[in-house]
Amino acid sequence: MNRRTRTLGQVQKVLLAGLAGVVLLAACSDDAGPATPAAVTLVAYDSFPTKGTPLNDALATFTADTGIAVRIVSAGDAGTMVTKAVLTAGNPEGDVMWGVDNTLLSAATDGNVFEGEPVPVDFGDVCVNYDIAWFAERGIAPPATLDDLLLPEYAGLLVVQNPSTSSPGLAFLLATVANSGDDGWQQYWAGLRANGVEVADSWDSAYYERFSGAGGSAGDKPLVVSYGSSPPAEVVFADPPRTDAPTGVAEATCFRQTEYAGVLRGTEHPAEAAQLLQFLLGEQFQQELPLNLFVYPVSPDTPLPDVFTQFAVVPSDPFAIEPATIAANRQQWQDQWTEIVLR
Amino acid sequence: MDRDRAALNRLPRWLVPALAALPVVGLSLFFLWPLGTLLVRVLQPGSVGDALRAPGLGQVLWFTLWQAVASTALTLVVGFAPAYLLARYRFPGRRVLLAAVTVPFMLPTVVVGAAFLALLPSAWHGTARAVVVAHVFFNIAVVVRLVGAMWAVLPTDLTAAARTLGAAPHQVLRCIVLPLLRPALWAAATVVFLFTFTSFGAAKLLGGPANPTLEVEIARRATQLGDVDGAAVLSLLQLVVLGAVVWWSARWQRRATVQFAGSGSSRTARSPGERRFVAGVAALTAATMLTPLAVMVSRSLRLGGNWSLAAWRTLGAAEVRPGISLGVDPLASLSLSLRYALVAATLSVVAGGLATLAIATARRHGRLLDVGLMLPLGTSAVTIGLGMLITFDTAPVDWRAEWWLIPLGHALVATPFVVRALLPQLRSIPAQQRDAAATLGASPLRAWFAIDVRRLALPLLGSAGLAAAISLGEFGATTFLTRAGRETMPIAIARLLGRTGEIPRAQGFAMATLLLLATAIVIGGAERAGEGGVLDARRS
Repeated sequence: MNRRTRTLGQVQKVLLAGLAGVVLLAACSDDAGPATPAAVTLVAYDSFPTKGTPLNDALATFTADTGIAVRIVSAGDAGTMVTKAVLTAGNPEGDVMWGVDNTLLSAATDGNVFEGEPVPVDFGDVCVNYDIAWFAERGIAPPATLDDLLLPEYAGLLVVQNPSTSSPGLAFLLATVANSGDDGWQQYWAGLRANGVEVADSWDSAYYERFSGAGGSAGDKPLVVSYGSSPPAEVVFADPPRTDAPTGVAEATCFRQTEYAGVLRGTEHPAEAAQLLQFLLGEQFQQELPLNLFVYPVSPDTPLPDVFTQFAVVPSDPFAIEPATIAANRQQWQDQWTEIVLR
Repeated sequence: MDRDRAALNRLPRWLVPALAALPVVGLSLFFLWPLGTLLVRVLQPGSVGDALRAPGLGQVLWFTLWQAVASTALTLVVGFAPAYLLARYRFPGRRVLLAAVTVPFMLPTVVVGAAFLALLPSAWHGTARAVVVAHVFFNIAVVVRLVGAMWAVLPTDLTAAARTLGAAPHQVLRCIVLPLLRPALWAAATVVFLFTFTSFGAAKLLGGPANPTLEVEIARRATQLGDVDGAAVLSLLQLVVLGAVVWWSARWQRRATVQFAGSGSSRTARSPGERRFVAGVAALTAATMLTPLAVMVSRSLRLGGNWSLAAWRTLGAAEVRPGISLGVDPLASLSLSLRYALVAATLSVVAGGLATLAIATARRHGRLLDVGLMLPLGTSAVTIGLGMLITFDTAPVDWRAEWWLIPLGHALVATPFVVRALLPQLRSIPAQQRDAAATLGASPLRAWFAIDVRRLALPLLGSAGLAAAISLGEFGATTFLTRAGRETMPIAIARLLGRTGEIPRAQGFAMATLLLLATAIVIGGAERAGEGGVLDARRS
């Protein structure tokens, strides 16, 4: 009997250890207490910095001025963020959402995500970028338009992203739809395929693994789909520092991406959320956007950093398609594109 | 067998339910419930038909299946020699080699995949064979770990006896070693199949757009098209396929189990032939595993075509350029990742240890728990993430913003590894040992405790390191949870690698190097602790 009780003691010890683990976990959860009333949560995509940048410093001045604390949560890439917002519409994960672009806007508004109308907060362009040195060495002019990309001298030079999995890839597909029309773009892509276009799955692998112009890249393709603001980023983040951009932008190939922000329906702090949204549109915050998110402030009056005025390209007449049209056709266009280019 | 059953019969009835309670509650609460909630919420009457009739789905399914089968078979073949070497021989650098083999499996694919891509001939970019080769590279760790753990405890006297009786080495392998290893081989094959069938990062990065797996298609629907119901249908399809595979395999693992007594030992190579074998396999394995890692490290040191420490110098600096900072704090991320790893390892060792004892002790229903715990590995990450999001959104379970949901998600992924590593060892304990204990006067419970539970003590330490390392590199379901505050290492790395500009890119690889070191230290430390445990066990 004595033995048996001792054994039970040992077994209990094991079970207790298990319980202790659970209790420990429960005890630790006190870290994240309930939000204080004067705090709003900003839901943003992953590339929005949560700490330690001038954007965050700007938000800190908002807190200092209004007493409203701002908590930033990262919800994934822009597509994931919108999917989550639609799933949680009415019981949102935060109070204000930042960064729904025009290719996703209809999905968000159809999903009844916002309280009131979302407003544009920044914009950027997706354009064909070229490796300046590569073209200079060969004495060839870089392509200027989308139709140029079909010419034999640019055969096998271009790398694009899969529009089904990459946001710049989708923007470039939309540029070609806007350029060639509803019935012409399929022909255009068949031509690009015949001219040796390469497809990568993501912006990273296209830009860093295949494109030859990016600093430190191992690629051998001198044309890539990237952003109108990629050249200034190349300058800002080069080491050793450089004064000229290694890459250029083909201005007539750009698709305009506009990002929106809005108050989320179901917020418990509508007044504070509206105040934050107002601040996000103000000059103090907007002027930090170029060097931190590499996008343009929504207001043309906001001063731009020198590196942007020198090296970034803002096309005067970029391609654009209405958000509702994009939402209605996106999947069909992506499926057709897959058939034409990948099968 | 009958005597075994009779001995088990005498264990108190409450034992198995008591052991299984915590794992079952955890699995139900944090996996089955969110998954069920998502399915109920999004599935519409027509959506199953619509999703299954989608153009190209058949091709996706076929590619997913064949590459998983091919990858699994190749991984078993390639991993066999290193598993043997690391389990049976002592040689200088053994622990380093073990860490080198394990680390690629733990690191986020986005990191090692980029380095791996750089090593492949460009004709291989975007091809199915690139995916298979990468899968073998990533999953060798599973074979080395699971098969090696079993091999390490195979009694050496059995093989020695066979040799004395005149068996050639290949006969020993075929007639003694392979049959004894079979449950571990099944376990390893199952895990590799699960991982390669649900491949996301490797398939995207190396297979390119022309070779999507089912997991890639699920994520595309959920995150790019907002078609969550279509994604849920495909996720369910994937779960049904993998659930069947795991169920079938769990049965085989159990049937293949051979009980044996005695203990294994490792030794140094003696004859010149043996030394050549050890040196050759070790060198080949090290070269294969370390080259991509070396490329990764070197990328943190290359800027503007030259060697440079700029990325390391500016790592964590407030400003990369005047007025510009990237908002990444490597030390804070590292400490956060380590904290999560500690919590995740504790949870998965407790839950996995209890579950293993329950599965091995239970006569019925054991397989149900076994298969159930494996399911999170076979479920698409985005589905678990979105399920948690909409399940834990109202009081009293308004947990979606809680920090512990992330290490808990890591534990869901790590627990099956703990079980897979422990179960074959527990099952191979011969009934005679318990009978002997009973003969010596021990109560059934005491005998069970003294033999079964103590047998787990040593492998438990090793599996704690494995679980911690899995948590350090996890880049699946928890990336679909909304996160506040600091980023874990894999997320910070992905953010840096996704930016334009050389410095952020090189910093991403610098942080990946830090993660690599942290992972290697955790694995090495667990290994050392585990070896200490061996000595203790031998003394007692």
